[in-house]
Amino acid sequence: MRIEIAAPLTKETAASLRAGDSVSISGVIYSARDAAHKKLCELIEKGEALPFPIDGSVIYYMGPSPAQPGAVIGAAGPTTSYRMDPYAPRLLSLGSLGMIGKGRRSAEVIEAMKSAGAVYFGAVGGAGALLQRCIRKAEVVCWPELGAEALMRLEVHRLPAIVIIDSLGCDLYKSGPRDYLTQHGGD
Amino acid sequence: MREMHSEVIAQRVAEMCIRANTVLPEDVCAALDASRAREDGIVARDVLDTIIENYHIANPVPICQDTGMACVFLEIGQDVHIVGNLTQAVNAGVAKGYTEGYLRKSVVRDPLFRENTGDNTPAMLYTELVPGDSVRITVAPKGFGSENMSRIAMLKPADGVDGVVDFVLETVRLAGPNPCPPIVVGVGIGGNFDKAALLAKKALLRPIGSRNAQPYYAELEDKLLEKINALGIGPQGLGGRTTALGVQIETLPTHIAGLPCAVNINCHVSRHVTEVL
Repeated sequence: MRIEIAAPLTKETAASLRAGDSVSISGVIYSARDAAHKKLCELIEKGEALPFPIDGSVIYYMGPSPAQPGAVIGAAGPTTSYRMDPYAPRLLSLGSLGMIGKGRRSAEVIEAMKSAGAVYFGAVGGAGALLQRCIRKAEVVCWPELGAEALMRLEVHRLPAIVIIDSLGCDLYKSGPRDYLTQHGGD
Repeated sequence: MREMHSEVIAQRVAEMCIRANTVLPEDVCAALDASRAREDGIVARDVLDTIIENYHIANPVPICQDTGMACVFLEIGQDVHIVGNLTQAVNAGVAKGYTEGYLRKSVVRDPLFRENTGDNTPAMLYTELVPGDSVRITVAPKGFGSENMSRIAMLKPADGVDGVVDFVLETVRLAGPNPCPPIVVGVGIGGNFDKAALLAKKALLRPIGSRNAQPYYAELEDKLLEKINALGIGPQGLGGRTTALGVQIETLPTHIAGLPCAVNINCHVSRHVTEVL
């Protein structure tokens, strides 16, 4: 059973989710990957305003392929998250409550998530064609010169994801394989 | 001497870049379908269903947004005379394919300055001279989620096959969920530092399920696959039986002092298209 959640997230919603929950995310999220994260943190360093409302925001680690004629966006699956680990704690400390990506996070990010009450979601890596269908509108917010790495505002409808790390720091990448082996490892 | 114009190669490379990124090879589809049938993890089955549905609905949208660096392997018959600049032709083909196919441009001109080249060039071009008068082209777009999880070790001869097994398993364990499992594992053993890595990459071009011609190494492939799938990492690292779809080993003679071992990991979107001109 998928839990329907709205983005941006409220603190209450973020706190209610647990590692292993399947969710459908609808609402407004922002896509940013390596280069956009670097630029966001440079803005923060300089004390300048961020180009999107950070409060409760969900950031999707994703750089799409180009939209074909008549399409909103191209393939749009998650990229590997650990490359954003150096930047994520800054954004969480300013009020961001969600990240969507794939792959492990550092201990520092998990600590920052616990302090902020934030959630890390996993989307299925390599399912970019399917995930594209959940994106109803896409517009570049800034840094168009970065191409696929530009910061984008996305309106999503029922984007499927799994809670990988919850706001208590429980990590499905640790418990999932461990539980599987406990149940099936004996054969 | 057979003459072949480089523009013919350019056109073919362009078409192959598009096809490779939108249509998953049959061997990979079959391996995914078979692993879904065997999978006993509940979340794992859901993930595999998603991955399988994705490759069914992909074309003309790319299977994955990371349409990779274009790895182009050319086996050129030594009785072929190529008219024009071959490297430029391959790059022109990649630029055309990635632009006209709405594929992502993921290449930066300099590793530290990081300005996008805008057309996914240059290709990672590998040429080899072989007997004959034909040209065999393989286009294998390679995403970097899996490339980043690849490793090489200069093992000692005393480490032997146990050292190889340990290093492969350690690499898969360290990679965990990051390279989009279920993965394909290419292993290069022997040669020198750079040839071992190239062997590992070439091993990924073999169809999943094909076995090394030497029985010893074919058995080692089976053994490694079994051990990897006993790790419990599972599809997307959420737990399950299906961590790898295949393990493919290639070997070369090596130095008396060494045992190079390279592991090139590929994601489940394991793309490769081959044509002979």
